[in-house]
Amino acid sequence: MAKKRAVAFKLNGKDVDVVVEPRELLIHTLREKLQHTGPHIGCETSHCGACTVDLNGMSVKSCTVLTVQCEGASLLTIEGFAQGGELHALQESFHLDHALQCGYCTPGMITRAYRLLKENPNPTEEEIRYWMAGNLCRCTGYQNIVKAVQSAAKKLSASAAA
Amino acid sequence: MIPRQFEYHAPKTLPDALGLLKQFGDEAKLLAGGHSLLPMMKLRFAQPEHLIDLGNIAELKGIRQDGDTLLIGAMTTENEIIWSHLLQNKCPLLIEGARQISDPQVRYKGTIGGDIAHGDPGNDHPALMLALRASFALRGAVAERVVPADDFFIGSYETAMNPDEIMTQIRVPVPAQGAGYCYAKLKRKTGDFAAAAAAVVLRLKGGVVEDVRIALTNVGPTPLRATKAEELLRRKKPDDGLIVEAARLAMSICAPSADQRGDAEYKTAMAGEMTIRALTTARQRAA
Repeated sequence: MAKKRAVAFKLNGKDVDVVVEPRELLIHTLREKLQHTGPHIGCETSHCGACTVDLNGMSVKSCTVLTVQCEGASLLTIEGFAQGGELHALQESFHLDHALQCGYCTPGMITRAYRLLKENPNPTEEEIRYWMAGNLCRCTGYQNIVKAVQSAAKKLSASAAA
Repeated sequence: MIPRQFEYHAPKTLPDALGLLKQFGDEAKLLAGGHSLLPMMKLRFAQPEHLIDLGNIAELKGIRQDGDTLLIGAMTTENEIIWSHLLQNKCPLLIEGARQISDPQVRYKGTIGGDIAHGDPGNDHPALMLALRASFALRGAVAERVVPADDFFIGSYETAMNPDEIMTQIRVPVPAQGAGYCYAKLKRKTGDFAAAAAAVVLRLKGGVVEDVRIALTNVGPTPLRATKAEELLRRKKPDDGLIVEAARLAMSICAPSADQRGDAEYKTAMAGEMTIRALTTARQRAA
């Protein structure tokens, strides 16, 4: 059996360390060892995006990343979005714009949209659809998800300007 | 789905990585972006004993120009290619191609070197590399050699790379000023491989084809260069009729395998259609 390894990284701003087999996938470490069950397991084949987390400033599918690849990394999951009981602008917009029905894809959607808006604070509808294409939703038909990302973009740039 | 047990190595330098590769030989696999290899390991199609992660080797990353050549580190990701101002100015075909690969999350991790070295005929960079006359720097334990894309792809998952070599750099000659280009790809949905795709670089002089390269994705065991179609076009005026003729010659070299994307006849027809679209767009873009 392969030797277990200690891996240390930052998860939503807090230092954590875990001991894992090299073959352990990040999604399992997050959900089973660190009780962060926001990132979901949808397809396990890097298609659906439900397991999306932010890793060193990149949106990645945590079903296709090994935990041992995360030594020294900085990770953000949906659990890190609300601050002091206040929802993040994206969470608020997804709520107000009815951008979810069953909610299974939502943590991945919001986490992906977060990085998109960091890179492109004022995306067009076409850009949102193109850069959100790695996240599947089987309920909404995407219309309200696009709307929610647009309204969050407005809110975030207004608060950045203020 | 969880891969079989393996040992993980994360060398920080290229010599260290080459040393590990030499030590473990056939039992080792190189990990680049991991978005082909890890899924294969999860499905247990690949079961390496040792995984050598190239992700911490700084010298394998980055895009720069040296004279008339663009030098792209093998571990440069698809999104880094898409966002490169240098490539936008000097080689927009590469950006057009990378934008059609998989989805945003995969493009943060997936690398150009991994895409090429994997030898999967469904990958998009191989045809782009043929169209762009690229070559690849391969570092072995003792020496480096440079292999042109034309000699690199041997069969399905089979390349000219030796098991003790690491691809370090992709070298792309800067396309001539005013060269037209296009990557036309037909896929069923975001994230899918091409049913068929065509990469074209086209140079016109006085309305006549001075130089053209055409390469096809996923219609054979390797990417295919449509040399007969290129010859037909050379020194002629590329009107619609001639482009259809060239596409017919491109179709004649296709040998796709049937799968859920379609049967061989359909994929061959689509390779023809993609060739027509890529040539037509390249003609329009050529100055």
